[in-house]
Amino acid sequence: MNNQQPAQLSFDKNTHTLHCSGSWTVSAISDFLKQPPLTTNKTNRIQIEGGGISRMDTTGAWALHQQANALKKSGKTISFSGFSEEHTALFQMVEAALPEKQPRPKSSRKPSFLYVLGKKSVDRYFSLLNGLAFLGEVIVFFGRIIMRPARLQYKSFLNVIDETGYRAIAIVGLLSFLIGIVLAYQSGQQLKTYGANIYIISLIGIAMLQEFGPLITAIIVAGRTSSAFTAQIGTMQLNEEIDALRTMGVSPVIRLVIPKILGLIISLPLLIILADICGVLGGMLVADKMLNISYYSFLLNFPNMIQLQTLLNGLIKGPFFACIIAGVGCYQGFQVVSSADSVGRKTTKSVVQSIFLIIVADALFSIILPWQSV
Amino acid sequence: MRKSTAPIISIADVKNVLGKQVVHEHLNLDIMKGEITAIVGGSGCGKTTLLRNILMLLRPKSGSIKIFDIDILHCDIKTSQKIRHSWGVLFQHGALFSALTVLENVQFPLRTFTTLPPKVQKEIALLKITMSGLPLEAAFKYPSELSGGMLKRAALARAIVMDPELLFLDEPTSGLDPQSAGAFDELLLDLKEGLGLTVVMVTHDLSSLAHVSDKVVFLGEKKVLAALPLQELLKQKHPLIQAYFSGSRGESYVKSA
Ligand SMILES: Nc1ncnc2c1ncn2[C@@H]1O[C@H](COP(=O)(O)OP(=O)(O)OP(=O)(O)O)[C@@H](O)[C@H]1O
Ligand SMILES: [Mg+2]
Repeated sequence: MNNQQPAQLSFDKNTHTLHCSGSWTVSAISDFLKQPPLTTNKTNRIQIEGGGISRMDTTGAWALHQQANALKKSGKTISFSGFSEEHTALFQMVEAALPEKQPRPKSSRKPSFLYVLGKKSVDRYFSLLNGLAFLGEVIVFFGRIIMRPARLQYKSFLNVIDETGYRAIAIVGLLSFLIGIVLAYQSGQQLKTYGANIYIISLIGIAMLQEFGPLITAIIVAGRTSSAFTAQIGTMQLNEEIDALRTMGVSPVIRLVIPKILGLIISLPLLIILADICGVLGGMLVADKMLNISYYSFLLNFPNMIQLQTLLNGLIKGPFFACIIAGVGCYQGFQVVSSADSVGRKTTKSVVQSIFLIIVADALFSIILPWQSV
Repeated sequence: MRKSTAPIISIADVKNVLGKQVVHEHLNLDIMKGEITAIVGGSGCGKTTLLRNILMLLRPKSGSIKIFDIDILHCDIKTSQKIRHSWGVLFQHGALFSALTVLENVQFPLRTFTTLPPKVQKEIALLKITMSGLPLEAAFKYPSELSGGMLKRAALARAIVMDPELLFLDEPTSGLDPQSAGAFDELLLDLKEGLGLTVVMVTHDLSSLAHVSDKVVFLGEKKVLAALPLQELLKQKHPLIQAYFSGSRGESYVKSA
């Protein structure tokens, strides 16, 4: 199946014959096709002789047809000879199937600036409306589920808690522990120069419980879970599974979105508590090793220096972040259209968008929530 | 050239286990060069699984499979790559690349494996698209914008674009209207005539069986029950074979065949 002679044409001036030789197949014809079609002025009648062709496939037949056509266009009369039965059949098949006209892709003209501006604005406007419609749908169904909890898909609800909460314990715990260490180490150096070692407790406590715990957890979960939701719903969309649900009269929002939001509302605050604990543990380790504050005195002073409100301020963000992550993840999943590329694009978008919204929401919270004095 | 006696694919004593289910056991099959072999059998009897074995997508639990006399279960990557270049495959569900237009899909093998100039690649791809019976307007559409039958034809165009020696088709005519299914049969016969192509196709289309197949392989009871021309297969007394062809749809074809 290898070692094919490249396809060749040679013109015999005496007999006005074009001799084809070699293998006229897709793998051996490329050099031949890189040359312009052969032409000659010597004669008006040309015979194409194909006895020397060892193999021919449809690509070869097409190339031969092109060559013959080029000669015909320059006013020659063509006749064929010596072709085997199979090659003739192939040639005729290709000739019959050849498209008459070259199709053009639809207008590739560059659209004007105003057109692009208008189109973009309208697209944005509609995608905003879409988002609002989705939000409205979710809120309505959310209300209905609250009224009649029996309609909740408990299995997938528990699945979501397992998938987004239980399976994220290790990564969330480890990362917040490390953040606690880094935070305590960096600020501990400053505190030490002023002899204010004991303030490491309130620094770590407030920073971890109110800001870093919720934020770090939400960002990790956004990366893990928002993308997973988008990919799952997006793939279902491509497989027409969403359409199947709709035709059965099952609302995709109830079936897919609500369990995810509710599940995450449960699991994200739990993860935040874990992050708080691990972060403070990290700070405690540094305080003991670097600032000579023993674990005992750290824990003894902690409740005096940190108010309960600080913990609550952090925890209250949890459900809101959960709604952002699950909502954006699902919404982007429903935006997937037609191709595997689009799943990738929307997944990226869902992570970026949910992290963006989390940080914006966090900023809003620090304005709204009562400011804590140390 | 046609009807030589050497098998181009030979499968011996293959066993497949998927999950906990034994799909094939002691399965033997020879496929001859230049023939159109149809694989039939009830739904879920393992036709697609057998194709996946041959296509090196699924390794059988035991047994041997030879293509061009090369043992594909124990050959190096270079050899298996060479074999992969010599066949074209039409998957049961099309398996077109969703991010590419039909034309780009069909052109894909040409662009990847040949050094043809881009303009020529495009013309060859368009030729294959019309040969498979698609209108030219469809060339610039994405797979998601095509109907089910058009998807099949686009996938066929991609399968034949390299003029492979071996063509594997998994239910090529399902989802086609009768007229296009007929045109498809004609195309297959033309290709066989002109290129000496060997075709292995899974099909449930009885008229396609009667019209184009040289040999029909009947899968059942986890093995090949019979590999015979349709006429002789119909005379077999095995209850599964009788049942397959004696449904209300089978009868009319059996009579006409
Ligand atoms: N990945 C898998 N895991 C477990 N079992 C499988 C898997 N894929 C297929 N099967 C089982 O193997 C059997 C054969 O499947 P296969 O797809 O080969 O059937 P088929 O003959 O092609 O059917 P059809 O005519 O409906 O396409 C079926 O019973 C199926 O349930
Ligand atoms: Mg199948």
